[in-house]
Amino acid sequence: MTQVNINVHHLTRVEGHGNIVLNVNEGKIEELKWIVSESPRFFEVMMRDRYYEDVNHIASRICGICSISHSTVSLQATEKAFGVKPSEQTILLRKLLFNAEVIESHILHIMFLAAPDFLGVGSVFPLINTHKDIVVMSLRLKRLSYNLAEALAGRKTHPLSCIVGGFAKLPQYSELEDLRKRLEDALIDLATIVDLFKTLKIPDFQRETEYIALKDENEYAFISGQIASSDTGLTPVENYLKVTNEFCVPQSTAKYTKNARDSYMVGALARFNINHEQLLPKAKNAAAELGLVAPNINPFMITVAQLIEVIHVVEQSIQIIDRLFVTGIKEEPHQVNPKRGRGIASVEAPRGILFHDYTYGEGGILKEANCIIPTNQNHNNIQKDFEALVPIILQQPEDEIRHTMEMLVRAYDPCISCSAHMLRVSFK
Amino acid sequence: MKPKVAFFDFTGCEGCQLDALNLDAEDLIDLLNGIDIVNFREVMTERSDNYEIAFVEGSITTEGEIERIKKIREQAKTVVALGACAGIGGVNCLKNHVPMEEALRIVYGKDAKYYNTIPARPADAVIKVDHYVRGCPPSTSELVKVIKALLLNKKPDIPNYPVCVECKMAGNICVYEKGQTCLGPVTRAGCNAICITSGRYCWGCRGLVDEPNIQSQKDILNKYGLTAEQVIEKFKIYDTCSEVLK
Repeated sequence: MTQVNINVHHLTRVEGHGNIVLNVNEGKIEELKWIVSESPRFFEVMMRDRYYEDVNHIASRICGICSISHSTVSLQATEKAFGVKPSEQTILLRKLLFNAEVIESHILHIMFLAAPDFLGVGSVFPLINTHKDIVVMSLRLKRLSYNLAEALAGRKTHPLSCIVGGFAKLPQYSELEDLRKRLEDALIDLATIVDLFKTLKIPDFQRETEYIALKDENEYAFISGQIASSDTGLTPVENYLKVTNEFCVPQSTAKYTKNARDSYMVGALARFNINHEQLLPKAKNAAAELGLVAPNINPFMITVAQLIEVIHVVEQSIQIIDRLFVTGIKEEPHQVNPKRGRGIASVEAPRGILFHDYTYGEGGILKEANCIIPTNQNHNNIQKDFEALVPIILQQPEDEIRHTMEMLVRAYDPCISCSAHMLRVSFK
Repeated sequence: MKPKVAFFDFTGCEGCQLDALNLDAEDLIDLLNGIDIVNFREVMTERSDNYEIAFVEGSITTEGEIERIKKIREQAKTVVALGACAGIGGVNCLKNHVPMEEALRIVYGKDAKYYNTIPARPADAVIKVDHYVRGCPPSTSELVKVIKALLLNKKPDIPNYPVCVECKMAGNICVYEKGQTCLGPVTRAGCNAICITSGRYCWGCRGLVDEPNIQSQKDILNKYGLTAEQVIEKFKIYDTCSEVLK
């Protein structure tokens, strides 16, 4: 195409508001931009001067889809500031709660947001008629994740029982027994979804970039570990600002980041590339079946990496429940003594590495907060992917160019509502 | 003809919309037999501006959003505020406690000039809202209940008594007994006191009952040696109690 004018305003099937602009004149790309147009949220302002007990309640509202991630990292940052060490039981329950969100968020993206592109429809709704089994299966997996979160924290969106130092309410054995059985069944559903994915044609686009994810020597990291980069190796979480290097761009209400190169990628594919050796057996097998081999540099494969991770966290959740049955679930005292200080924590939200950095003053009152959200860290990488991808597909009809660009953004599963914000770079 | 339904999001976390999809397959299919979803950006590509019922989520925090929600009001016969941000302003209102210039400076520093924001407000501060699905997030069952009522042309039956009623029925120990504060006595029920049942306390996310028994809340505070100021500060989060407890 020598003349192309693409202007996608408020891209659909993503969380939050983003636009795509491509103008080609006489075969020359004049403008090519991924624009974040979300209204700024100001969470750093909203959390300021709040009492520590309510900070994770507010932090959770950064994002409806990854509220457990924000809540968990918020609790960890507060605990670090106060010098509180969570017990083994608390860590196990937090992992199990976290896994519920990974299942739900990934299945929502894989089956409801991304799959319609591969199956040639505009949403999941027509699939109820054409692929009813798959839709029923996806809703069943989503329901399982909701019920898992309900058993652990009262509900999935904006979890309740997880608090600084532990849990305000503990799950019942009978609930966990039932959930364990349903997790076993979920592995069967997931095998069917793997079979479906074997038949889908994933665009073949290669662009090497820097991959960043948490790394923990003991397991495929979600809520522990250090920052690992495919380019620059390990960095302690406390030094996150050396990795994120945020900067403002006029086209976007979100801040952008870069480390060793022009841009880096976070999320399921980055985690897979860095931690693939630690996947549990069924997840490893599924990766092999789907031809996902590390390092993979095709961003369209993020969706496949998410599917692999769902299998991994389902396997891990079964292991955690078994462990809890051995250790027993006990009421634990959670004595919290607020004190002045700074706490920095990081987790792997479904969409990638997430940082919360808190400074507390007297009496458990939060004085300063800085949150760096995964999607913000991907915006720049999406832009660089566009710049590499568009020249290759420019010969295609305009509709196909637009569709491929939309699919690329969707592959990142951007969560723009939380990305749009804020962030101070330095502390007073 | 099935009514055409649209979902729109403003400033918020989009959790209300996501929870709308937390249905069993049969329930979702039943729901889609009753309504025709024509606009739901978060999950579908097709968009139509021909709809009768509009669900709006999120609070209004920019001039552009004021214009956008007014257009929605012109088109829709019925506008439903979905969730606490659209219904009562929600957590976004916490930024209103500092001047907007300061909020911009705190977050964006020297780049503040690139950005714009106005104090956060609920939908009904800008347009007429016909119905509310309350909570942060609302329960999916309450959303379905409201949709069913709209299909039957009835007023949705939402409780107008305080959370304490449901909390007692759930068999919870009063959190004041545990030395904590709670907005249950003045907050509209309908949540089954989920926060207290889950080991926490009520933050007031569903807004106040129509005629809150302020004296009773004050009596409770007195009984446990607490002041209204303590509660107001603590429950700024949903901005519901500052006006009543003064």
